[in-house]
Amino acid sequence: MEVTRTRTNGAADMRVRGLKAQQMLRGELAGKDLDEFVEERLLFTQLETAQNWARKNAIFPLGFGLACCAIEMITVIGSPRNDLARFGAEAIRFTPRQADLLILSGRVSIKMAPIIRRLYDQMLEPKWVIAMGACSSSAGMFNNYAVVQGADKFLPVDVYVPGCPPRPEALIYGIMKLQDKIMGTPDMGWRERYQAYGTEEDARPEALRESPLDQEEPGGPRA
Amino acid sequence: MPDATGLELIAQRVRSSVADEAVTGTSYFRGRATLEVAPHAVHDVLAYLQAGDEEPWDALMSLHGCDYLPEEPRFGIHYELLSMERTDRLNVKTRVGLDNANVPTVVDLFPTADFHEREAYDMFGVVFDGHPDMRRILLPEDYTGYPQRRDFPMGGEPVLFTFNENKYPRWYD
Amino acid sequence: MTDNDPLAVPYRERERSVTMERMEEQPVSGSEALVEGDLHEELFTLNIGPHHPATHGVLRLLTTLEGEVVRDIKPIIGYVHTGIEKSCEDQQYWKVITFVERMDYLAYYFNATAYCMSVERLLEEEVPARAEYLRVIHMELNRIASHLFALATGALDLGAITMLWWGCRDRDLVLDLFEMSSGQRMHPRYIQIGGVFEDIPPGWEKKVRGFLDVMPTRLDQYEDLLDRNEIWLERLKGTGVMSQERALELGVTGPLLRATGHPWDLRKAMPYSSYEDFEFEVPVGHQGDNYDRFKVRMDEMRQSIKIVEQALDGLPEGPFITSNRKVALPPRHELATSMEALIHHFKLVTEGFRVPPGEAYVAIESPRGELGCFVLADGSSKPARVHMRDPSFVNLQSLPDMARDSLIADFIACVAMLDPILGGIDR
Repeated sequence: MEVTRTRTNGAADMRVRGLKAQQMLRGELAGKDLDEFVEERLLFTQLETAQNWARKNAIFPLGFGLACCAIEMITVIGSPRNDLARFGAEAIRFTPRQADLLILSGRVSIKMAPIIRRLYDQMLEPKWVIAMGACSSSAGMFNNYAVVQGADKFLPVDVYVPGCPPRPEALIYGIMKLQDKIMGTPDMGWRERYQAYGTEEDARPEALRESPLDQEEPGGPRA
Repeated sequence: MPDATGLELIAQRVRSSVADEAVTGTSYFRGRATLEVAPHAVHDVLAYLQAGDEEPWDALMSLHGCDYLPEEPRFGIHYELLSMERTDRLNVKTRVGLDNANVPTVVDLFPTADFHEREAYDMFGVVFDGHPDMRRILLPEDYTGYPQRRDFPMGGEPVLFTFNENKYPRWYD
Repeated sequence: MTDNDPLAVPYRERERSVTMERMEEQPVSGSEALVEGDLHEELFTLNIGPHHPATHGVLRLLTTLEGEVVRDIKPIIGYVHTGIEKSCEDQQYWKVITFVERMDYLAYYFNATAYCMSVERLLEEEVPARAEYLRVIHMELNRIASHLFALATGALDLGAITMLWWGCRDRDLVLDLFEMSSGQRMHPRYIQIGGVFEDIPPGWEKKVRGFLDVMPTRLDQYEDLLDRNEIWLERLKGTGVMSQERALELGVTGPLLRATGHPWDLRKAMPYSSYEDFEFEVPVGHQGDNYDRFKVRMDEMRQSIKIVEQALDGLPEGPFITSNRKVALPPRHELATSMEALIHHFKLVTEGFRVPPGEAYVAIESPRGELGCFVLADGSSKPARVHMRDPSFVNLQSLPDMARDSLIADFIACVAMLDPILGGIDR
């Protein structure tokens, strides 16, 4: 949303604005004056941005919990103190067909991995995945035969939230980062600030890779 | 826990009522009484201890396996018996080797042993003869290998440090 | 392999509990009239899969239904199997505490205590009185938190969503106390071999007392909300009945056994860790139905409050961990002055202490039942086998008996009041 904010200084400005409104209604404003008038009062959006704004503020998480991180996830969703409803993510859908966000909370064992993949495939686009906790990001402390060493071995993950288990505030921070990613600013300007282009790891073969300076379309790379 | 003399008396009674070679040893360590029995006699010994003994042990709290790898016979199956009236615990242990890893089941005496025996089979490969549903419980059905054995590798991935990160290809290479 | 080779039967076949045959031979009760003609009764296998709306973890239930009535249930577990017991064999004794804590992930202090008590029995280590009281306080607070969460999610399954908000709110208060004493809300690695990790900070006692003042009124509010609600009573009373003999046969312990009327509580029967100093009652039910389980848990929370009060009143002074430097880390201020302390610290951190060969099995009373820990030591600094006898693993075997011949809704109430924790079941 492009919104220009101007500082008003009290009564004099109000008078001027009142006069301008009168002029517009009479059809006397033209050109630059009219443009300014309209800009101050209307919201200019692109459809994409509006769509992303709506998407980020109404994420439907899938009700899915694996292990100890699920307890903290239920605390985030269900506890009055850390409340996910204020971010719009209150409606938890238990069916993957109606959910947007898969929060992998807990360790992914080898028996469960195909099921999670199936759940992910059943979700409709656009969909996002948060790997909550150390065990789903990278198998955590369980470097053994029974745990998949990181959920990103079979699922594309958007946000990794470290911790064992992460605090509810950490998960909320992760969801807020995901919201930023959905809005189209996944790195929030730090690449530009540090001139860190060309540092992304791109899994596509050489021929298909785009220049690192091309912006990805908003909505996240997997929308 | 029965103390050392109590354990010996129990062993005596088991020997006299079940069979002399059923009990292969007793051990009392740090307050824990262990009765070692031969694998083929497990069912009879536990049946006796459950009902026939003058001090019956009516609850089986845990049945688990153990791998004493450098020692033979390799696998140990432990039965933790509890008597609720006397608030007493007794441990019954049997040892089986890799080549004849069969132990009679005690599901008919203690129905709680159902899941426990399946887990011992899953983890160690010890088959419990007579179990109604002997299949894997914790691992996927088509998993090969018995993970809890000492010679089964730990699995997982090597931890990448700077000195070895070039040796292991990443999943996207 | 023997001739009843489990792998010879094809996979799908093994999962069936009953085959789908025509039921003309055995008409079920009340449906004789329907069997004539074309209509036949069929048994329908429904897979309540590992992903389902109940919040009890990834439990898969193959239910055989006849209409709305549940005829048989086969629980299939293993979807969170983490190989904790195998991982423990590769870690020093001190590091195993973190692994073992993550098994029954709502009762983390209990896992750690069972394991530490096992190792202490192998080492013949004495735990100082103050450490025992601190362990008791933390364990009872964890029991309150665990029961609150069980009630919260159980009520959520049955439709009483307010209980979820309230239960989580109070559980947050307990987790704040844990965070103040050890720095982490869950899995704090607070209980160590030989005592506890560090002493409680000043001001903690006051906060705990504040919590204990607030809690009884909150429990009264929960009872007002649920206990007089007709829907709640209808759904829980008389459903999921299990007889005491069957419960004892199946090895069920904890609130499920006490709900059937058998007053078996390890804190009273075989007291450990100075529980004999405290006066508390063991709540017992009558019929073994879901309502009794709910009431037993509510009353256990009240008794836990009493225990924590008594423990705080009688908290002895003294060290919070054993002074045996070969087992417990020396306090940091000694490292600057004493050479032996430095050497002990170095040995403990790099290699860990060695435990003489032997086996130990110690059982404590966790919120779900008897939690036992078996440790086999072979003389090195890593355990050769750590096995936890998890109460939910054994209690799960009672689910088919509880829910047989009941409606699906009653069966959901059974699962809610059974309180399975899949981390402990699958380990």
